[in-house]
Amino acid sequence: MKYAGIDIGSRTIKLVVLADGELVFSRKSMTSHSPLETAQELMNGAEFDVITATGYGRHLLKGHLGCPVISEITAFALGSRFFSRNCSSILDIGGQDTKAIALDDDGLMKKFEMNDKCAAGTGRFLEVMATALGFTLEEFWRAALSAGKAVKINSMCTVFAESEVISLTSQGALREEVALGIHKAIVSRSVGLLKKVAPPGMVFFAGGVALNECVKVLLEKEMARPVFVPPDPQIVGAIGAALSAMKEA
Amino acid sequence: MSDYTKMWSELGLDLESHDALLSVLGGAYTDIFLSQKNRPEGMKYFDFVMSEVHGLRIQELMDAKAQGRKVIGSYCVFVPEELILAVDGVSVGLCAGAEFNFEGAETLLPRNTCSLIKSAFGFKLGRVCPYLEASDVVVGENTCDGKKKSYELLAPLVKDLYVMDMPQMKSAAGKALLKEEYRRFVAKLEEVSGKKITVKSLKKAVEVVNAKRKAVKRLAELRAADPAPISGLDALLVNQVFFYDDPVRFTDSVHKLCDELEERVKQGTGVFAKGTTRLIVSGCPMAVPNWKLPMLIESSDAVIVGEESCVGERGTRWLTESQGNTVEEIIDSITERYFNIDCAIFTPNPSREEYVKEMTEKLKAQGVIHYSLQFCQPYIMESSPVEKELEKSGMPVLRLETDYSQEDAGQLKTRIEAFVERLKKK
Repeated sequence: MKYAGIDIGSRTIKLVVLADGELVFSRKSMTSHSPLETAQELMNGAEFDVITATGYGRHLLKGHLGCPVISEITAFALGSRFFSRNCSSILDIGGQDTKAIALDDDGLMKKFEMNDKCAAGTGRFLEVMATALGFTLEEFWRAALSAGKAVKINSMCTVFAESEVISLTSQGALREEVALGIHKAIVSRSVGLLKKVAPPGMVFFAGGVALNECVKVLLEKEMARPVFVPPDPQIVGAIGAALSAMKEA
Repeated sequence: MSDYTKMWSELGLDLESHDALLSVLGGAYTDIFLSQKNRPEGMKYFDFVMSEVHGLRIQELMDAKAQGRKVIGSYCVFVPEELILAVDGVSVGLCAGAEFNFEGAETLLPRNTCSLIKSAFGFKLGRVCPYLEASDVVVGENTCDGKKKSYELLAPLVKDLYVMDMPQMKSAAGKALLKEEYRRFVAKLEEVSGKKITVKSLKKAVEVVNAKRKAVKRLAELRAADPAPISGLDALLVNQVFFYDDPVRFTDSVHKLCDELEERVKQGTGVFAKGTTRLIVSGCPMAVPNWKLPMLIESSDAVIVGEESCVGERGTRWLTESQGNTVEEIIDSITERYFNIDCAIFTPNPSREEYVKEMTEKLKAQGVIHYSLQFCQPYIMESSPVEKELEKSGMPVLRLETDYSQEDAGQLKTRIEAFVERLKKK
């Protein structure tokens, strides 16, 4: 049997297929104005027997395919165990939301916290700030890592922070230092969320923002505990959905 | 439905906005309530009440007024219905449950005011609440800071705003204050109605209101059955109608509904499958038509089996134990009864978390959703200790903070689904 999981996120859609407990297929695409169409394109040519959907667009696909759905919180809890059995909590920073999840000894979700309605301190926030500074995403975190000190960013609202960044650079602040300030702001917000629920132990860091090495380094420092980033942090939710499909089958 | 246009324009309603409001309300009611499966037949009465909530019921109020009876509107369960009935008055809850004309409300109120207060102002400034327009007296009560200060702004907008002070601690002095306020309220009611409260009229009023409470208590107890004989949405609706309807007719209708539910329990039938995840909702009140959260919960594979809320058990679980033989003694009993209410404006307020725990046991709930309205400091502050205490005793809690808008529906749904998934795995 081949088990597929699809994670329809706000910024990207991820599809994976598991067979004999191994990851045999993985594909990603940007979420377009029509998530359902994008999801169908992704599924084209992928071979699987059953599929489970997760992510904010899960009910859309359920309405279309009649497939089972699970929330992304449960999906991340399940998916994290595919990569590591030693983590006691998960931080997922996705396109438009941040989740902190506590796991019990069996790897089941025990408690979770999510950010409020707006996209403050999420992947989208980092994208907007990188653009405001004229960096690509990779240049952005490399610049932040290279900075000797940080310029403090006061606003976590994407719109206000963007004008703050523009005003700082026009006053002559170094781009690298502003970049580090932005990274520190997002980490401090995530740590606040994580500390509400996370038991001691290793943190599993997932979602698109886990590709940002500066965030990982700062997170380790702030939490004073090891942080584990899986080989492809963006597909953890999709893998969780596939594992759920396997469990239900 | 009859044509109430004449009545509405005499009340000074903005007919165009009012029509728009009724059409949204009607649509939401159809989508949320009438689409439910396996509804009890007894809910038909409440469907009828809701379809005539701005029509026939208002006509009844106008008829009562024509007979010289006074309509007393209020926003809170601390305003004793017994006293209002004892001067042959009509007690009504006022509209504060919809996101209507918030732009208007924000011309008077700070943006960071809770939806309930904003809604009351939106309705007033938009002239779309016939209950408010029909009220001879509007009673404000000094519960939270938001309400307390907003009544200063409401006073010039309504005919007769009467403000009742409220204690903040469950002390002897607190109780004395409440009693004094109830006596002052009696004087006010006697003045506007021109009628004296007598032992007989007060005893009769206590009986009527207690009967109404007993009926909803009976409904609350029936919800302990698995499968649940009634949805949380329908039970909430009954608790909402509690504030609007004629008390005697309401009591009869609730008992009829309960007779049917008892039969369902005997036969082991219900609205959702046996074993459906059972939840308690605890926190801020949900006034009509604030159905967002229960609708999201009950479309996420879970059923609500109890509300620890002012529109729910916090408003109804105590009866007035009237043993007195003088008006003074009965007012003492009434004060005793209302002083039990464990609203988060009290500090400290330990009986609330104890009662939530008790409800989870009685109603065999597997989890608690703590619901706070955004900017409602008393309940938001209390949510964290309530959560800690319940989780400590092994009862999972999900804390949610939201308002009357629909923009966070997707986010809330994700949280609720994740919470239900967590409970199922247990």
